[in-house]
Amino acid sequence: MTRRAAVGLGLAALLPLGFLGVFFAWPVLAIFRLGLAKGGVLDALGQSETWRLVGFTLGQAAASTVLALLAGLPVAFLLARCALRGIGLARTVVMVPFVLPTVVVGLAFRALWPDGGVLSIVLANAFFNVAVVARTVGGLWSHTDRRAEDAARALGASRWRAFTSVVLPAIAPAVASAAAVVFLFCATSFGVVLVLGGGRFRTLETEIYLRTVELFDLSGAAALSLLQFVAVVAVLLLGAAARRRRETALRLRRKAETARRPTGGEWAVVAAAFAVVAALLVPVVGLVLRSLSTSDGWSLAGYRALSGTGQNGTLAVSGLDAAMNSLRTATDATLLALFVGVFAAVVLVGLRRGRTGHGLGTALDTALMLPLGVSAVTVGFGYLITMDALPGDLRTSPLLVPFAQALVVTPLVVRMVLPVLRAIDERLRQAAATLGASPLRVWREVDLPLAGRSLLAAAGFGYVIALGEFGATSFLVRPDAPTLPVVVARLMARPGGLNGQMAYAACTLLMVVTIVAVVVIEKLRVPTRAGAVGEF
Amino acid sequence: MIRRTMIAAAAASALALVAGCSLSGGSGSSSSSGNSPQSTDHSVTLVTHDSFVVKQEVIDEFQRSSGIKVTVLKSGDAGALTNKLVLTKGNPIGDAAYGVDSTFASRALGEGVFQEYQSPEGDKGPQRYAADGSHKLSAVDVGDVCVNVDTGWFAAKNLPEPKTYQDLADPKYRDLLVVEDPATSSPGLAFLFGSIGKLGESGWTDYWTKLKANGVKVVSGWEEAYNQDFSGSAGKGPRPIVVSYASSPAAEIGQDGTPRTKALLDTCYRQVEYAGVLSGAKHVDDAKKVVDFLLSEKFQAQVADQMYVYPAREGVALPEAWTKAAPLPKDSAALPADKIQANREHWVQQWRTLVQG
Repeated sequence: MTRRAAVGLGLAALLPLGFLGVFFAWPVLAIFRLGLAKGGVLDALGQSETWRLVGFTLGQAAASTVLALLAGLPVAFLLARCALRGIGLARTVVMVPFVLPTVVVGLAFRALWPDGGVLSIVLANAFFNVAVVARTVGGLWSHTDRRAEDAARALGASRWRAFTSVVLPAIAPAVASAAAVVFLFCATSFGVVLVLGGGRFRTLETEIYLRTVELFDLSGAAALSLLQFVAVVAVLLLGAAARRRRETALRLRRKAETARRPTGGEWAVVAAAFAVVAALLVPVVGLVLRSLSTSDGWSLAGYRALSGTGQNGTLAVSGLDAAMNSLRTATDATLLALFVGVFAAVVLVGLRRGRTGHGLGTALDTALMLPLGVSAVTVGFGYLITMDALPGDLRTSPLLVPFAQALVVTPLVVRMVLPVLRAIDERLRQAAATLGASPLRVWREVDLPLAGRSLLAAAGFGYVIALGEFGATSFLVRPDAPTLPVVVARLMARPGGLNGQMAYAACTLLMVVTIVAVVVIEKLRVPTRAGAVGEF
Repeated sequence: MIRRTMIAAAAASALALVAGCSLSGGSGSSSSSGNSPQSTDHSVTLVTHDSFVVKQEVIDEFQRSSGIKVTVLKSGDAGALTNKLVLTKGNPIGDAAYGVDSTFASRALGEGVFQEYQSPEGDKGPQRYAADGSHKLSAVDVGDVCVNVDTGWFAAKNLPEPKTYQDLADPKYRDLLVVEDPATSSPGLAFLFGSIGKLGESGWTDYWTKLKANGVKVVSGWEEAYNQDFSGSAGKGPRPIVVSYASSPAAEIGQDGTPRTKALLDTCYRQVEYAGVLSGAKHVDDAKKVVDFLLSEKFQAQVADQMYVYPAREGVALPEAWTKAAPLPKDSAALPADKIQANREHWVQQWRTLVQG
């Protein structure tokens, strides 16, 4: 790497690192310091109860990740490789679980398995995360060249052999990426464990919440947070090591070239994928039915009440206004996360090219993922004791909402864009540079066209996460501008049949908004010359 | 080439426009109060809990008549609110706070979160519920946690409804009660405190052992217990006895005008919610007026409908449905705040070992 390129890369790295430092590392370290100052951390680490929590947290997250992978891979195949009617619908539908408020999904799973315990926790976690697997893996899969696979088959390899020796190595980086993200989401899943665990099953996350919010035992919380931190970093480094050995340049293709009508045994995979999609729809349909049913039969009363400001005006805004608020904050968060995430991905790709960059790259990559693995309540309370030092007292500013949401969305953008960027053959970039293109021009002419689709997919995914985000939003959002998930939570906390119906109606509205947003985002096109990919 | 650059530029500026719109659209009205010079205009930030709701016309009228712009900042449940106030006591995030309840009051008072202010409205009823003698907190509302029963269920089974704590441990009512985990739920904690208040520090552990033997079901939150497990709500669950609020039956009135559920008035625990002026507030005088407003007739008259709690002020009429379905319990249990502060963690731990161990 030339000195100039290294300086450029260093400058580009400042943006993601600065964002992470100010809105994540600083608040988290501040709250840790407060906890450590009070002492007693070693006591908490010595208790066997603490280690049981660690065991259960990691165990349920691992089980949920395996289940999400098993359910998500057939769907990824369906989305990436199959030219069939109804794929577009399936693409959109798998995203819906992601926005649903955890309390609502928790209640739905309790209704299906009243005494499910661990099993229902794992199922619910997987329910939320099938989309991560399907979308992350599907993104890379749809760009990988099909001819190597066809050649293997022509040379006599069985379908399974062709999959394990040709396809799997090609998509392995995306599978590892997805697994890491899903693991982090499951390890820190809060609402699901709270509702379905019924107090008997507790994780580090629920205990940190309890210690911080109810007991105000900051040293106990700090001890558990440190453990959570160590566990998360260990898992991330493992994941990074697994990915490093796998990521290679691939011949990337446009999706249109790689999707075809399934044949023979592929139909079994397609059937499995549709079964997964159907299973995802069960709780969703349940919610819609609940929004329509009262103790005296079917009724639209919930929707009617939601079009106004609710019974006695308890909502402050109409459901439609809440939907607009949701869209607004999600737009801000997604743009911010795309900006930061793409910068980070470009830096990471650049670091891989340098000799000394490997270690640095792994460190930055791991750091970017950390916000997914650290308790939201820790970050939230950290904001309170740090953000007043910034101009405009950000502690109470609605601007903090998109920042907090972007913190969660950015790692996903990186994870979805990076495998594709890394799979781009370096020689393409070198050829462009040799022909006189500036680095920016190389990015626009080579990287952007090839990674464009996954960028849009990342945007869509980020948007959906931001739409469904509740933790940060609920205590930062202004009461006269609540988002839909906030409205749902308020309504669920009130007695009376109509309030319940309105809560479910608001959920339905949230799902509709999500579907429309995903469809619109995916209709966008990255501004490039058509057919650019095909030329290589 | 030029065309492509133009497209890219157009796309970039379109994105910027959307972001600009959404950011300013999202924060427009608050920045006019929060970030403008505050010495000249009157503005108060009221930090409160998530359940805070006020009729728009009531707060509008207050803002008009007083000239004070009120910015409401919701900060989680009563526990989260209290802890946030404690963490930010050196540089408070607002001027006044409302929603610290009797369970958390001594933590807030002990940490010096509030400054002294005795509202002239205080002696019109709120004083009855004072947290201590320090005049830092004014009671705004009372929300009792009581056991609720599904009256129709008991009528259909020809079983007398339970009345007392002891009845709940009676084998007649085996497998009928659902309660919330005191570690994660505010009504759950209040019910535990109620049992400690009624049965004493020596008697409550025995009582819970009996409840456990009698098939009590423990869930994490009120939402699951009331909306899903309780038979008297729209969820039509399997259990006819639930820990909820004294006010809940007012929301469960059938089309014939009779309530479907009933609160057992001998099983109530009193939770009082307080308001006060924060230490280090930037707008102390205006914050005092906001506290006065929270205790005023107009605000108090709408707390029942808006937040399902009872006004602290005397002589404020309850909504019609409430007088029949949800009268204010007369002799609710209550534990002194300092005792709660000293024992909360220990009790919850003991309860966990006993009931979930």
